[in-house]
Order: sequence, then structure tokens, then C-alpha cells
Amino acid sequence: MSILDWTYIMVGVTFTLYLSIAWISMVKTTKGFYVAGGGVSPLANGMATAADWMSAASFISMAGLISFMGYTGSIYLLGWTGGYVLLALLLAPYLRKFGKFTVPDFVGDRYYSNTARFIALICAIFISFTYVAGQMRGVGIVFSRFLEVDVNTGVLIGMAIVFLYASLGGMKGITYTQVAQYSVLIIAYLVPAIAISLKITGTPIPQLGFGGVIAEGVDNGKYLLETLNRLNVELGFAEYTKPFAEGGKSMLDVFCITLALMVGTAGLPHVIVRFYTVPNVRGARLSAGYALLFIAVLYTTAPAVASFSRYNMINSISNVSYDKSPAWFKNWEQTGLMAWVDKNHDSIINYRSGKPFIGKPQFTGETGSYGQLIVSNTLTDNDNEIYIDRDIMVLANPEIANLPNWVIALVAAGGLAAALSTASGLLLVISSSISHDFYYRLINRNASEKQRLLLGRIMIGFAVCVAGYFGIHPPGFVAQVVAFAFGLAASSFFPILFLGIFSKRTNREGAICGMSAGILFTIIYIINIKFFGGTTWCLGISAEGIGSVGMLLNLVVTIVVSLLTTPPPQEVQDMVDNIRFPRGAGAHFNN
Amino acid sequence: MADNTSAAQYWKANIRLVIGCLIVWFVVSYGCGILFAESLNSIRLGGYKLGFWFAQQGSIYTFVFLIFFYAIRMNQLDRKFNVEEK
Repeated sequence: MSILDWTYIMVGVTFTLYLSIAWISMVKTTKGFYVAGGGVSPLANGMATAADWMSAASFISMAGLISFMGYTGSIYLLGWTGGYVLLALLLAPYLRKFGKFTVPDFVGDRYYSNTARFIALICAIFISFTYVAGQMRGVGIVFSRFLEVDVNTGVLIGMAIVFLYASLGGMKGITYTQVAQYSVLIIAYLVPAIAISLKITGTPIPQLGFGGVIAEGVDNGKYLLETLNRLNVELGFAEYTKPFAEGGKSMLDVFCITLALMVGTAGLPHVIVRFYTVPNVRGARLSAGYALLFIAVLYTTAPAVASFSRYNMINSISNVSYDKSPAWFKNWEQTGLMAWVDKNHDSIINYRSGKPFIGKPQFTGETGSYGQLIVSNTLTDNDNEIYIDRDIMVLANPEIANLPNWVIALVAAGGLAAALSTASGLLLVISSSISHDFYYRLINRNASEKQRLLLGRIMIGFAVCVAGYFGIHPPGFVAQVVAFAFGLAASSFFPILFLGIFSKRTNREGAICGMSAGILFTIIYIINIKFFGGTTWCLGISAEGIGSVGMLLNLVVTIVVSLLTTPPPQEVQDMVDNIRFPRGAGAHFNN
Repeated sequence: MADNTSAAQYWKANIRLVIGCLIVWFVVSYGCGILFAESLNSIRLGGYKLGFWFAQQGSIYTFVFLIFFYAIRMNQLDRKFNVEEK
């Protein structure tokens, strides 16, 4: 069977599965809609959290990025896993004991202020929209590449599916669909990784093959990473395993980006809200462990895949003449994600450090003397002749390793599972922020259960449409705004959630001033760099890492202002005492 | 909570445990994986350089271990101070 047939089967089967699960877990209460009734087992919640967390970016892009960044790729590996330790130790158990529906709920109640609630809900909505646009785009790209439909049609199909299962089943439907999606995406990630590890290093465990010896070709018997270091140096790159190489990121920058990603992860509303769904505090603690365990399966495999694909790529296309280059190279050239310009007219593909030309390939429609697609871009004056989009490393891996067609189809289904699971979690946060935090808590406290549930469903529809719009008309700044999502989550939520639990003295004035200071500093710094080409004036820290400085600023301002103003009222201090002790979490569930 | 002194002791024990875990969290990821990665890279672990291994593998394993360790220890503390959920 062809790749296309297999893909239709895989995608059809998995989508039917997701919709059936949603139908079975249809909900009738707001508690079911927002937090799955608080009755999800820690193991299932851990799996759902893992799927919720691992987005199209983790599945499709991360290994490719690491493969080109080498050591520096650790910022993603450390940053996107270490935050779970903060979450498990500092936030999740206490927020579960608090036992409401959303993050703005906690901020509003703990700081006895609707201003604080409002700032929190604006941040939650902004962070979620930023994120969800990328997921919808991811769905569209997978559809267009593997099912040969238009990107926009792909986005529309994705929108319809997510809307159906999220509005029917609410958090309950999303949770059990995410359990299924985790299973699909992890199998889709591991099967090619294991096959490639076997092929290159002879061991089926990628994490061992990564540090093992090569079992094929001219480098037989040598360590994989040593070979990569040598190849990188020969081609004019820094050693693969070398930290803080010339021209790369400084130690301080790596430190700050990792911290911003970690703290940002712990402050992301769609991740935090998952811990409201388990039955008790013990469940919340354990569930964080399961979540990270399931995430770690992919996150320890990704750097191995990164090194395998770099080794494979260099070996199969560098210094090979174009007419002898492998078929996958030409296939991806057709999609505009790879390109070759014969700068020195020797018909050989020369891969070196640096960009081959300015911008993304613009094909003229003509082919050159060797059959290559001609680009009209302005060439750079270095020796590098090929353009490689980072995203293709995971998607092209099965082709590079000559794996059967069903594996390629499986990878497509996995990419869709990763994108859809994250999108649905984010849509629910947007819906609950508007229907619960904004409408019910701030506008109409007398709304009936039925009205609130209906509004929640309508808001999912609204959020799907906005997300779909951004998926079809991606704003040019999608890549830039990702820095915003983490920067904002780090500089707004984390410090005040943490202080709200661990310091009874922290008050309303402190929280509002701290959040505002952290957010404003972070936003201004990022906008200045990303939109006005400003300098990284703060110690050379890049836009992605500035959230950690914003977080510290928030922390300091909150503490200082709190100490200078009156302590919180007694009932708030009692509430803090109450959330510090697990007993009674199940009973505490009311509005 | 039983009474005020035992409640305070429970909270103190929790804080001690959290600080201990966070020290390990910091030393492994920011220490071994970033601040001392260059010097640790002169030590080898099979085909890995040690600093690189901590940054791309070792830290993640440690994170998983830490969360389960904390969960188990806290559940013991809950029972010891009689604040666990029934």
C-alpha cells in the first residue's frame, strides 16, 4: 500500500477513536466541563498532561532544532522538563487543595481582588491564543504534506475535530482523548527512533545508542558523538557537544533561557489546570511524577534522534554529487524545505556552516543543469550550498532510514495527535477564562449551571474559530510570540502563585504591583528586540530568556510592596493555612 | 490539622524536604548541565562527555526521580502528622 493509503487509514482510525471517546464521556455539569469532575486517576492525568504539554513543536521541531544546535539544544530539554519539578513541589498539590476551576480563580481569591483576577485572566487568554495558533498551523502542515490536501483545508478539518470533542466532553472528554493521543504520539515517535538506533548503532534503545559506538560504514567502532564532533569541525561548525562555542549563546544566556522556560512551564495555565482534575492532593503529587515520566520518554529520545539524524544527514548528502543524492533529498526539495545552489560549480553538495542565501528558498520554476530547482534568493559569500528547514529532521527520518510506508503514516498520525491534544487543552483554558472567570465571576454571579455550561461550549467554538483564523492566516510573528508565551507565564503567574502559597504576608497590593512590573518589563524588552530590532541591553540576555529576569523583578516587587502595606485579611490567611494541609481536598469542591 | 505545634512542624518538615529536592534540582541541571558543563566535559561516561550527558540526559532522569521521591516522602509525612486525606 502507498504512503497515502496508509496515512488515510492511520488518521481515520485515530480520529474515530478520539471522537468515540468524547461521545462516551459527554458531560452535563460545569464541574465536569472545567475539571472533569475532579475524578481522574493520577496515572491517566499524568498521561493526559504529557499529551497536553507536548505540542507540535515538541513532536516535529525539537529534535531538528537540537540536531543543528548541539549542546545548546539542552535549553529545550532542560527547560521543558525541569519546570515539572517546580510544579510538583511548589504549586500542584496546593492548587489542588484550593480546589477551584482555573488559575485566575486562585489569583482572584488569594489576593481578594478582581483587579488581580482580571490581569490573570488576560494573561491566561493571551498565552493560550499565542500557543494555539501554532498548533492549528501544525495540523494544517501535517495534512498538506501527508494527505495532499491544501493547508487551509487541513486547518478546517482540525478545527472541526477539536471543536466536536472539546465541546461535547469538556475537560472530561479532552482528558480521555489526550490519554489516547499520548499513546499514538509516543508510539509514532519511538518506532522510527528505535529503527534508526538499530541501524546506526546496533542497539534498539536510542538513549544507549546516543552514547554508543557506530556499527556501520567507515566510522564503524567509533563513538557516535565523537564522530559527530569530528564531522562538525571538518565542516566548519563548533563541536557537537561543546558548550558556549564561539558565535553561539553565552553561559548566562543559556542559563536564563533555561530558567525562563522552566518557570514558564510551571506557570502555564493549561498545564496547571490539569492538576485540578485528580481526586486529591496525594493524586496531584503523584500525577506530576507520572506526567514527567511520560514526557521524559520522548524528551530523552529526542536528543538521540537529533544526533542520529545529523549523522545520517551529513553522511548521505554532504560531499555527494547532486545526481547521486538520495530520493528523499529531492522529495523535500519539492516542498521548499530543502534547496541546493551550486556556488562553486562542481556539481557536488557542499554543506558548511552559515546560511547559503538570504531568507527561505524562492524557486524560479526552472531547473538547473543537474535537475536541481533554481532559487532566486541573494546568495551569501560563504561556502555553504544547502538550505535545510529544521522541521524536516523528524518528518524525514523514516524516509532517510528507509522504513516501511506504514511508519511514515504513523509519524503523520503522531504529529496530528501532538498538535490536537495541545490545542484542545488550550481551547478549554480560553473557554473557561471567558465563561467562568470573566462572565460568571466578574459579570453575572447569578448565572445558572445550564447557562454557564452553554456559554462554555459557545466559547470553545469562538476560540476554535480565532485559532483557525490564525492557522490559516498565520501572523508573520508566530515564531516571535512564542517567546512571549513563556516570558509572560514566567513573569506573571509563577511568582505570585508561589508566594501566595508559601508566604501568608503577601497581599493584594504586592501581587498587583509585582505582576504588573514583571509583565511590563518582559513585554517591553521582547517587543523592543523582536519588533524594533533593539539590542539585548540587559547583560546580553535574549528575548527568550528575559522572562527569568521579569520573574525575579515580580518576586522582589511583590515582597517589598507587601511588606510596606497592610497584611492580608484574616480569612485569606486562614485559607492559605487550609491549602497547606491535604486533609479535606475532596470535600472542598464547591463554588 | 491536629493542633498548632504539630501543624507548624508538618509545614517545617515539608519546607525542609522541598529545599533539599530543589538543591539537587539546581545542582544537576544548572550546575552540572550548564555552569560546570565545560569542565565536566573532560570526564567521559561511555561515549558521552559528562557535562553534555547531564544537560541532555542525566538531568531529566533526576527530575523524574525527584518528583516521585517527594511524592512518597510527603505521603509518609502526611500520615505521620495525621493530615492525610481519608
